[in-house]
Amino acid sequence: MWGRFLRQRLLQLIPVLIGVSFIVFLTMHLTPGDPIEHMLGQAGRITQEQIDELRAHYGLDRPLIVQYGLFVGNAVRGEFGPSYSHHGRTVRSVVAARLPATLELTVFAFVIAIVFAIPAGVIASLRPHGLFDRLATVGALLGISMPGFWLGIVLMIIFGLQRHWLPISGRIDLALVPDYVTGIHTLDALLTANGPAFWSALKHLALPGVAMAAPMAAMVMRMVRSSMIGVLAQDYVQFARAKGLPETTVVGKHALRNALIPTVNLVALQTGLLLSGNMIIETVFQFPGLGKLAVDAIAAADYPLVQAVVLIYAVSYVLLNLVADALHAALDPRVQIA
Amino acid sequence: MAAPLLEVRDLNTCFSTYRGQLRAVDGVGLTIERGETLALVGESGCGKSVTALSIMRLIRRPGRIVRGEVLFAGEDLLRKSGGEMRRIRGGRIAMVFQDPLSTLNPTFSVENQIVESLRIHRVARGKEARERSVQLLEAMGIPAARERLRSYPHELSGGMRQRVMLAIAVSCEPELLIADEPTTALDVTLQAQILDLLGQIKEERGLATLLITHDLGIVSQFSDRAAVMYAGQVVEEAPVAELMEDPLHPYTAGLLRCVPRLGRPDVPIRPIEGSVPDMIALPPGCRFAPRCPEVMEHCREAVPPLYDRGGRRMVRCYIYRQRSFRQSGANPTGRPGAC
Repeated sequence: MWGRFLRQRLLQLIPVLIGVSFIVFLTMHLTPGDPIEHMLGQAGRITQEQIDELRAHYGLDRPLIVQYGLFVGNAVRGEFGPSYSHHGRTVRSVVAARLPATLELTVFAFVIAIVFAIPAGVIASLRPHGLFDRLATVGALLGISMPGFWLGIVLMIIFGLQRHWLPISGRIDLALVPDYVTGIHTLDALLTANGPAFWSALKHLALPGVAMAAPMAAMVMRMVRSSMIGVLAQDYVQFARAKGLPETTVVGKHALRNALIPTVNLVALQTGLLLSGNMIIETVFQFPGLGKLAVDAIAAADYPLVQAVVLIYAVSYVLLNLVADALHAALDPRVQIA
Repeated sequence: MAAPLLEVRDLNTCFSTYRGQLRAVDGVGLTIERGETLALVGESGCGKSVTALSIMRLIRRPGRIVRGEVLFAGEDLLRKSGGEMRRIRGGRIAMVFQDPLSTLNPTFSVENQIVESLRIHRVARGKEARERSVQLLEAMGIPAARERLRSYPHELSGGMRQRVMLAIAVSCEPELLIADEPTTALDVTLQAQILDLLGQIKEERGLATLLITHDLGIVSQFSDRAAVMYAGQVVEEAPVAELMEDPLHPYTAGLLRCVPRLGRPDVPIRPIEGSVPDMIALPPGCRFAPRCPEVMEHCREAVPPLYDRGGRRMVRCYIYRQRSFRQSGANPTGRPGAC
């Protein structure tokens, strides 16, 4: 049953990816700014011949549709050609170097958001309009309405510049980089039993992680709260109490599982936003991940690099939705996964 | 005579609302002997379900039990600790609700929901609990019980769900079953089946039952005695046959006239005029006075007490003032207390 579900959903990925790749490809080529001009911007006097030669070298002289065909053909094999702005390196190697950082930050922010949001939402729902609920509501409002870059800067000022508790930029203390295993510093540090590296990586994740997690935590908290309030009014919750179950079981088992069903999709969407929201946060915190890479690549009109990063975002969105649907089906027996 | 299994005395349950205090249950007194079935009858909103939930101590904010005693086997449930109360709920007093689809948790299997009860009340665990669940389902007349254990509520029919709910309710051998409109959500043929099953359970297990219903047909078939509630108060209590033959309270009489008689098209159905009073702004006197065909001047001034007419008959109506033995102990003045 699950095998069929996965196969079906993965096949559905194909048209999505074709669509995304086409849009990405087209918008990059339609935006003003010529990559060759960018490359040669500082090179002084250049002849038209040299420009044409470079254009031919990168295949930019071919018709758009041919360029697109080549792009898709290569992308299928995970090849995006040479980067325009990172000289002498392929897009693949540039992306591979940055992906672990973004994964690490996203997972970190995700964990913070979930660990805060679900218990807070549950507690708030137990006494709607009680003290905790009111505080949590104000907190959620702040979390939703504060723009990430602003929250990031405020956190930097308070915890980095005034208190010097936490570093305000980078991934890790460069003297402490652990031996390479996965490229994810915290994980590598754990695998190589490198305590100082782990601690340093964690401290570097703290501020950007919190800045990214805040809006997601706020949304998820509100969602858990409202669906818990709905579920707690259901007959089966009353029946669970009438069975003599302790309130912890009533809330934690009977109510929470039902309340999580509508929450799963929101979490998936929000995790997608974490991924794409990292452009701003990574730029603010000078965090060397995909987001910052994409921003720099756009500025440099590095077509292949931008395309690769955006494709990664698109694929991860689709995969997250797949995970959400699978979780939904796992939580709710009424949902047929086939 | 031994003490009754359940004796509710002067129970008062209030709800705080934006408009003010709502006394949903006002000085209700009930007794149920072992093995006996008492029907609690009344229109929607008259306080039947709140009475049941108060007995189970399942009233939640903004509601609260203000006053009263719920003596179960001689012990006051309102004085029990949370833990003691949990052992009683589902263990010694079980409750089933109206709509079996919304009462079973949609995300857990039948097995999970039965075994959970067995485990929490330490009746059985592990393999034994599973076997017991099968036996229970079989006893409730569910075919292929073993396979049904893996089912989820949405995979079962309405009658099947009600049977599962009953299986859960009787799983821990309770002494008292509170059934809150157990057949209202079912169609007529299923109603009959479920009522038969309830009767069978009662007989086999010697279960006392508090049956909450608005269906007088069910009352007459299924219960020994009935208490009629109106606007939060018990207005009449009597053995069922006598209640049906000779209703004392004008409200009970009115209710009976609302029931169509099979094969008697000449007997007209006569609805009770007017509507149920606003529970927050109750009339000062008898709550039924504004709708009562036999209303007297005095009725509009003070709430009548429950008069004991002997032979286990009680009635809250001034008509019987002269002809009664004595006033009942519970809320004898009939004056509403403060919330």
